[in-house]
Amino acid sequence: MKFGVVVFPGSNCDHDCHHVLKNVLGLDTEFIWHKTNDVSKFDCLILPGGFSYGDYLRTGAIARFSPVMDAVKRHAEKGKLVIGICNGFQILLEAGLLPGAMLRNNSLQFICKFVHLRVENTDNPFTRNLKKGQVLSVPVAHGDGNYFADEATLADLEKNDQVLVRYCDAEGQTTPESNPNGSARNIAGIVNKSKNVFGLMPHPERASEKEMGSLDGLGIFHSILQTA
Amino acid sequence: MKAKVYVTLKRSVLDPQGKAVHQALGSMGFPEVKDVRMGKYVELELGALDKTQAEGKIKTMCEKLLANTVIEEYRYELS
Repeated sequence: MKFGVVVFPGSNCDHDCHHVLKNVLGLDTEFIWHKTNDVSKFDCLILPGGFSYGDYLRTGAIARFSPVMDAVKRHAEKGKLVIGICNGFQILLEAGLLPGAMLRNNSLQFICKFVHLRVENTDNPFTRNLKKGQVLSVPVAHGDGNYFADEATLADLEKNDQVLVRYCDAEGQTTPESNPNGSARNIAGIVNKSKNVFGLMPHPERASEKEMGSLDGLGIFHSILQTA
Repeated sequence: MKAKVYVTLKRSVLDPQGKAVHQALGSMGFPEVKDVRMGKYVELELGALDKTQAEGKIKTMCEKLLANTVIEEYRYELS
């Protein structure tokens, strides 16, 4: 299985993702410059975190027009896998590959800390190796992570088992206090209807080595490998 | 031709920035401020276009880039 990490101007978690995939997991991984318009040799694409195009206008709004995004869309249409992490999730929302939008955190603060995530659904390539209800410890680092979608879209996401992870407390309770940014229904990560495009605000690549304080992010990468 | 575009969050969307500014104005001694909504202002310098042409183009620019219509609404003035 071949992984590609897309590099936009202003991406800053690209090397973290590349390191975890290549050095920690020993996978075939390459960087993809955002001007590339052919990603046909890859099986799974990662849109990493960062501040693509300086977050100008809105987070992800300009990156969405990078040449590589047409290729990412074609890749997704073929049913191949895409993960957007943090800024990558914001880009997928702006590109319309996932429903909803991001608002400024309700605290108006940039949040950088470990949070708890409850696994909501496992019938998909990204969390199939995890257990429903399992609580993960994974860090977030964002200023615009307040997930918004209208009620009809939220109802649709729930009905189709598209919410994969929610912010919760250490016991797995989704309380208002455990919601770091004001996201609708404590949503931290969603998948598209066909279950091959996943976006999440927390950083699994920052929870993939003992030295980082948590190994819980690996569960997502292991799930993908099981898919292959 | 010049276009002035105003982008704001929809009424149905909570505006945390507007809320913070509202609170600050309140503590400055302006209790008459009942609500604050923050937004963006974009000025576009356009070439020679007739009004209908310009309107069509600006709508596309707003829908596709300048505003995210999931959360924002826009209006514009042409001069």
